[in-house]
Amino acid sequence: MTVTEIAPREDLDPPSDAKTSLQPADGELVEEELLVEEISIDGMCGVY
Amino acid sequence: MGAEPLADELSRGLDAPICLTWELTYGCNLSCVHCLSSSGLRDPEELTTEEALGFVDELAAMQVFYVNIGGGEPTLRPDFCEIVEYAVSRKVGVKFSTNGTTMTPARARRYASTDYLDIQISLDGASPSSNDRVRGAGTFAAAVRAMERLADAGFGSFKVSVVVTRHNAAELDRMLALADRFGAELRVTRLRPSGRGATTWNELRPTADQLAEVHGFLVAHPKVLTGDSFFHLGPLGTQPLAGLNLCGAGRVVCLVDPVGDVYACPFVMHPDFRAGSIRESGGFAGVWRESELFLGLRQPQSGGACNACGSYGACHGGCMAAKFFTGLPLDGPDPECVLGHGERALASRAAGASTPPGVGGHGKPGRPVPVAFGLRRLSPTR
Amino acid sequence: MGCAASTETGFDPAKPYELHPDVALRPEPFGALAYHYGNRRLTFLRSPELVRLVTELGSHGSVIESMTSIGVAPERRQSFVRALASLASSDVVRARAVNELSHTGGSDGS
Repeated sequence: MTVTEIAPREDLDPPSDAKTSLQPADGELVEEELLVEEISIDGMCGVY
Repeated sequence: MGAEPLADELSRGLDAPICLTWELTYGCNLSCVHCLSSSGLRDPEELTTEEALGFVDELAAMQVFYVNIGGGEPTLRPDFCEIVEYAVSRKVGVKFSTNGTTMTPARARRYASTDYLDIQISLDGASPSSNDRVRGAGTFAAAVRAMERLADAGFGSFKVSVVVTRHNAAELDRMLALADRFGAELRVTRLRPSGRGATTWNELRPTADQLAEVHGFLVAHPKVLTGDSFFHLGPLGTQPLAGLNLCGAGRVVCLVDPVGDVYACPFVMHPDFRAGSIRESGGFAGVWRESELFLGLRQPQSGGACNACGSYGACHGGCMAAKFFTGLPLDGPDPECVLGHGERALASRAAGASTPPGVGGHGKPGRPVPVAFGLRRLSPTR
Repeated sequence: MGCAASTETGFDPAKPYELHPDVALRPEPFGALAYHYGNRRLTFLRSPELVRLVTELGSHGSVIESMTSIGVAPERRQSFVRALASLASSDVVRARAVNELSHTGGSDGS
């Protein structure tokens, strides 16, 4: 399979507590529950 | 409880879209070479005014927050203002795309006085020479005039929307300056091989070097909007581009076309991605919630051939429309994969393998592509 | 009491708040989507209990009262106050004038 020719970029896998907001909400620490997440309207393909 | 990444949650779909793209008409007075809807002539079966308003009622009931209205050129519909004003009165926000050719000062003032309304002017170059070769002679001037009229009318911030091509990839800084001049926001969006774009894709799509420049531009200017259509460029950087890097098609967004057909997104207006019609007995809600196509898209997607690549988390395999219309499998690399996997996949496709043909198209037969706008008819020359 | 008295944004759980009238709150399985028609920002509330709290804010004289009224467990209150402070900073909730209630049923009229 051709994909094995390229060394994988492991640094690009998003962390489990995904960096999904442009403005970090309070409580984004991994230990705390993430109750509020703001998402840029620009954050999903098709939402513009 | 918030432990799961939001992107995963959203890729399972919602009970109603966050927003959706609604193409009001296939009619257009222009004939851009890359038009994703192959617009030109109105379709005889387009939704009636009554059907359109009924659809707005459905959107309001489902609490769809806003619609992105486009076309063709949506302002060519005689009932355009009626539909828009009805939508905002029902608290369905409206953002419409326009080529700006119909933006009279009076229209600009009317828009300025309408609540929950946003406007996106389409422009594909920082000057007539780069823009008009794609959109037609006279279109740059018409778009800038529309912007001036919106500014004069006190509309406030609107958007300039650019499809990135080989001809304008090096002009993004100038386009940003143009948008800044009018207090507008710049939005850049990816060219897909859809509609008329299928025939011009190979000449128009940015080169690999240009895509790297585009990526650099997006990283340097986080306020530039994309509608998140460049997440396949993420692996060029040390971290993914801002945003969820999620394909929303059939999950949080979809497209409704001028005859009421529902597709996963505007770039896959093809039978394979048609979910149903709002004219069916269950209306739009029935299609959104129960169509086989959308339920399938909301299942966990296999990364397929991309699973072995460590960048999959950033690019999620790219754009299904780009893959579909270049004949690549959906569970494999994007044709413009920045690591080159797409090029390899394209090269190794069986010789003679065909790409899905475009369907129909509403272009005016015999009309030049692009067509000139606003030029005075000169006496015929040889 | 375990609640932050106020944050740098000035959020004070001893004061009354309300869902901003320009915000549409749409229930989802994971909680709710909040869309602000004014600033066009989209926020995800990822807890149904938080959604209930946000909806109830306008009916009580303080955030603390609202939390008591819907039965927020003491050990969760700090998280919820922080979440509300975040929502206040993006204008999803806003302070109300004291003695004004968003809903009828209170002892003080506006």
